[in-house]
Amino acid sequence: MAEPLYAADREDFREIVRLVRPGARVLDVGCGNGELLQLLRDEKQIDGRGIEIGAEGVSACLARGLAVIQGDADRDLAEYPPASFDYAILSQTLQAVRAPKEVLSNLLRLAERAIVSFPNFGHWRVRMSLLATGRMPDTRSLPIPWYETPNIHLCTLRDFTELCAELNLRIEASSAVSPTHPARAINCQSPLENWRSESALFLLSRKSAALSAPVRPGDLFA
Amino acid sequence: MTVLSSPRQDQTDGVLRLREPLRLDSGQVLREVDIAYCTYGRLNADRSNAVLICHALTGDQYVASTNPVTGRPGWWPVMVGPGRTFDTDRYFIISTNVLGGCMGSTGPSSINPDTGQPYGLSFPVITIADMVRAQAMLVSQLGVETLFCVAGGSMGGMQALEWARSHAARMFTCVLLATAPRHSAQNIAFHEVGRQAIMADPDWRGGDYVGQGVRPEKGLAVARMAAHITYLSEPALQRKFGRELQRDGLSWGFDADFQVESYLRHQGAAFVDRFDANSYLYITRALDYFDLAQSAGGRLADALAAAAPVRFCVLSFSSDWLYPTSESRVIVRALNAAGARASFVEIDSDKGHDAFLLDEPVMRDALNGFLDAAGAARGL
Repeated sequence: MAEPLYAADREDFREIVRLVRPGARVLDVGCGNGELLQLLRDEKQIDGRGIEIGAEGVSACLARGLAVIQGDADRDLAEYPPASFDYAILSQTLQAVRAPKEVLSNLLRLAERAIVSFPNFGHWRVRMSLLATGRMPDTRSLPIPWYETPNIHLCTLRDFTELCAELNLRIEASSAVSPTHPARAINCQSPLENWRSESALFLLSRKSAALSAPVRPGDLFA
Repeated sequence: MTVLSSPRQDQTDGVLRLREPLRLDSGQVLREVDIAYCTYGRLNADRSNAVLICHALTGDQYVASTNPVTGRPGWWPVMVGPGRTFDTDRYFIISTNVLGGCMGSTGPSSINPDTGQPYGLSFPVITIADMVRAQAMLVSQLGVETLFCVAGGSMGGMQALEWARSHAARMFTCVLLATAPRHSAQNIAFHEVGRQAIMADPDWRGGDYVGQGVRPEKGLAVARMAAHITYLSEPALQRKFGRELQRDGLSWGFDADFQVESYLRHQGAAFVDRFDANSYLYITRALDYFDLAQSAGGRLADALAAAAPVRFCVLSFSSDWLYPTSESRVIVRALNAAGARASFVEIDSDKGHDAFLLDEPVMRDALNGFLDAAGAARGL
């Protein structure tokens, strides 16, 4: 959906690859040119599907041998039957959807787990940018002017964890991702991390759901 | 049975008599059924590279070779041939004339073996599934058990969908272009206009025009003119013709003043030279009866349940108002629910329904990628 925000998307991808169980059924929402799905297929032998808004992206995915549908997160997730996937991935896209709460609920309806990453609006650069200039933040993770940005629903780490609680979601793991540092596991409830994390990545499941393969936190973020 | 080899050894053009009578959806049985077909390319040693290309309402088996009736090139030369998307150096392409057609397959103008007379309106009403039954028998008689791909646009896409419903185990991939899982009220309405035009022609003779040595050319031409409008988009028609006149000034009469009138008249006139009026009635009826979900109580995903292992590529065109993108999305949703591997793109084009017949680079790229990847998975 949204343009990749910065080069550390690759770091984001590596984190996701670590999280996904080999051989899993994966839906990548906003899969772009299919880079992540291909990585997951090559390294984790997943059975992958994608949703991508742009025809060129879908063509690029088809050329990689991926099964991808042109569509968008707001409109097309409701069409999938419940529990069709082991993982639904929404990478750097949540902030660009029209109804993030519905999208998040849908992800955890159609998949057992969701992997969601987004730029953290609570990051110190964002806060300082607004404080110092009095204008919408212009940072390395949010470089597009307010009148052109596809990011219409930006949130902070704290906002997101509160939404997860409201939706009765279990946060199985969380990490901070940045273009310059390796990903690191974080305590997402910590106010300090809300300052420090440039971008955040979450592994989520429904609290009400019985999980087929519980996650051992030590496995996740090496 | 006749098999005529063309100068190029890897092209054949022939007619096969089906080994068994055809049991139709209507309950009737057709015996001595002939299916006309063409093949391009060579079947490989393990018989895994066969591709069936299904034609649209007024198409035929001449997908990539000269049509002997019109003398014109096949109907899909941009997509079928050496090095093309449907690469005849790589695949063994089979195309058939549908049951009910008029290019050599058994249809209403064929001789009824029981009477020695042309069938005319005694030909049973057929369905898309009946067409596919006949194709499946022909494919078997050609020595092919499993098809690498079944592909089609428009009515050809409906046949490909029916293959996925009823013969999923015999196919690896399915390509659906500018098609729909059922005929809408508007689709049926346009077809009814065409049929009424044919039947209103005094030379139709209650369907017995062959026996009486005449042809309902005017009615068939009007049917084609009305249908042809549905194959184009409003912007394309406007761009091509606008309000341009044939000559300087108006005639103040009912000649073809406007270029668009002249164009439609030409389309109608050219069509009657190559198509049979009763075939047009029967094939449009088959389209109107088409509703793939019907066999599963209206649940399309259930109708396609057996197709879960098949890889699908569904393409629609943004300006197609005959079988619009929303219809393709209905198919894709059902395929997702059925657990099939479905890919879908809406191609931005202002050329209307017929865009699938043209050289559309995005369509070509998408299909090349899809077929290459599937071919690799299939070991081709």
